[in-house]
Amino acid sequence: MSLLDVTDLTVGFDTEDGHVHAVKEISFSLEEGEILALCGESGCGKTVTAMAVPRLLPPHTTRLSGSIRLGGRELTTLPEPLMRQVRGSEVSVVFQEPMTSLNPSFTVGFQIAEVLRRHENLSRAAARGRAVELLELVGIPAPAQRIKEYPHQLSGGMRQRVMIAIAVACSPRVLIADEPTTALDVTIQAGVLDVFRDLRDRLGTAIILITHDLGVVADIADRAVVMYAGRAAEQAPVEELFARPRHPYTLGLMRALPAAAVAGPAGRRRLAEIPGMVPSPLTDPDGCAFHARCPRRQDDCLAARPPLVRHGPAHLAACFHPGHPGEQP
Amino acid sequence: MTWFILRRCGAAVMVLLLGSVLIFLGVRALPGDPAVVMAGEDASPALVAAIREEYGLDQPLPVQYVEYLRQTLSGNLGRSTQDQLPVTTILAERLPVTLELTALAMLVAITVGVLAGIVAAVRRGRLADYVATGFGLAGLSVPPFWLGLLAILLFSVTLRWLPASGYVPFTEDPVGNLQRMVLPTLVLGMGFAAVLMRQTRSAMLSALSADYIRTARSKGLPERAVVGVHALRNSLTTVVTVLGLQLGALISGAVVTEQIFVIPGFGKLTVDAVLTRNYPVIQAVVLVTVTAYVVINLLVDIAYAFLNPRIRLSGASHG
Ligand SMILES: Nc1ncnc2c1ncn2[C@@H]1O[C@H](COP(=O)(O)OP(=O)(O)OP(=O)(O)O)[C@@H](O)[C@H]1O
Ligand code: SF4
Ligand SMILES: [Mg+2]
Repeated sequence: MSLLDVTDLTVGFDTEDGHVHAVKEISFSLEEGEILALCGESGCGKTVTAMAVPRLLPPHTTRLSGSIRLGGRELTTLPEPLMRQVRGSEVSVVFQEPMTSLNPSFTVGFQIAEVLRRHENLSRAAARGRAVELLELVGIPAPAQRIKEYPHQLSGGMRQRVMIAIAVACSPRVLIADEPTTALDVTIQAGVLDVFRDLRDRLGTAIILITHDLGVVADIADRAVVMYAGRAAEQAPVEELFARPRHPYTLGLMRALPAAAVAGPAGRRRLAEIPGMVPSPLTDPDGCAFHARCPRRQDDCLAARPPLVRHGPAHLAACFHPGHPGEQP
Repeated sequence: MTWFILRRCGAAVMVLLLGSVLIFLGVRALPGDPAVVMAGEDASPALVAAIREEYGLDQPLPVQYVEYLRQTLSGNLGRSTQDQLPVTTILAERLPVTLELTALAMLVAITVGVLAGIVAAVRRGRLADYVATGFGLAGLSVPPFWLGLLAILLFSVTLRWLPASGYVPFTEDPVGNLQRMVLPTLVLGMGFAAVLMRQTRSAMLSALSADYIRTARSKGLPERAVVGVHALRNSLTTVVTVLGLQLGALISGAVVTEQIFVIPGFGKLTVDAVLTRNYPVIQAVVLVTVTAYVVINLLVDIAYAFLNPRIRLSGASHG
């Protein structure tokens, strides 16, 4: 049993246009102190997958099946009052939208102290003191001053770090960070990744890191799940994945990476554009979803959906005609 | 914040001074001798002369204005042409009645309107929402005088639960006072409750879909804190703004309500003064109304700034 076990997670949304198949049969597990990257292009279901864990998806329209176990406890059926004790304390989230995720009407200090008072029963004064420490931890200068300020007085990067301070305040067992460095300068990016690493080292926090940035994946993640159109295309330890990518989608992503950027200093290394269209999430065709864009496709790729197949220890890929282990990206 | 308040107060004083000039000129712009206008059409020549003397009406206009201002500020608003009572005495009698009526109506409207708006937003698309929205629509479309007559027919004439009209001061007979205030309060408050309900509902709906609400939930906060602290706080600015905008309607609504229920308040005083061309009273009534308007708008502005850190802090840092 791992710290977090997600098995056959399938999430859809009822919308006016029909049923949106956002995430399909995703399985992964997370050990204590492990950093797992979820990557893939926009709309592939990274955020939905991660938000299913703390059950932060819109309750009335979400259709969810599968199992999510945290320390052996099933979260999908946990009564809401117990789930509220898990949120913010055992599982916490840094959201993708730093500009709008803080409440404009309350001070930064209040918003950090709030989560501490909720879960750790701290007094107002003690929570305030902790808030200052947390701001210092995420690298905000003059924290005693900053806690009295409102979100609109802070830059996007500052707000993102306040969000991180809120998320790590109660030393969660699982931290979900959705594009936590996208809004940040390169120099600050490194600092934020250090905060995560430090949290992992000190408390054994496991981190689900959602990112477009393969450089960040290579830098900090232990394992990665590459998602395509709501499914896992490939999943492997990071070194293995970079050394021996098997799925044509992963191969394409890496081939599109300028070699200099992979090896060289930090820069914006976003998942490159691969020509072609992603299938509409309103449909869930039987064949391989990558078919229309795949350079290796053959006739049988449309007949059935390629299952995830083991290609090495902990290395899975869903492709009928995978790249060869020796093939260089 | 202090700067902001001082600046707003300064602006309010300017508006009041401007208002006093207009009121001052208004009476003097009427055809005929202002002394006769202020004394009443069939006043004795002696009284007219006394008034001309008292207000220095033979002096040039600027001198007169300064004198008018001085008298007003020292609490002398002249005498009613009907009964020669000092206008201040009449106001002291009538104003508390209207203040009680409007305060009760606002209290009911804010409580009912804001609560119903919150419930409707939280239970959007479900029964409670339809009920609240339905009542909101009814409250907006039913004219208050019709509602008032209906209420009198039902509760006073048919059921005999409440007195139909009249007024007794709270200090004389608290129960009787409140009994007589129930229907007027509901009639006056109904429309505001409806407006507030609708605005609160839409403000809460937009607040509840904001990203910071998801953040609040991700902290594990109970729903009452998510709704009652995070969403409500951001909806309050809307509520305060609506209150400010509805002020004119409140004042005219009070006039109508006092007519229906024969309440001897400020509204009734206004109507009577206009009907009898009682200019000193009209002058005072306009002055009080303008002052009330300016003061309440000032309070709304300050409350708005207080609720909105962007305004509050920008007001504090660069004046
Ligand atoms: N609440 C919702 N209702 C309906 N559809 C949704 C909802 N949330 C997400 N989706 C859809 O689910 C799919 C996956 O969205 P998701 O946000 O997980 O993508 P993502 O991988 O995080 O993309 P990005 O990198 O742009 O953040 C998208 O097609 C999206 O439109
Ligand atoms: S199954 Fe076929 S179409 Fe799909 S990725 Fe593999 S080779 Fe390409
Ligand atoms: Mg996302």
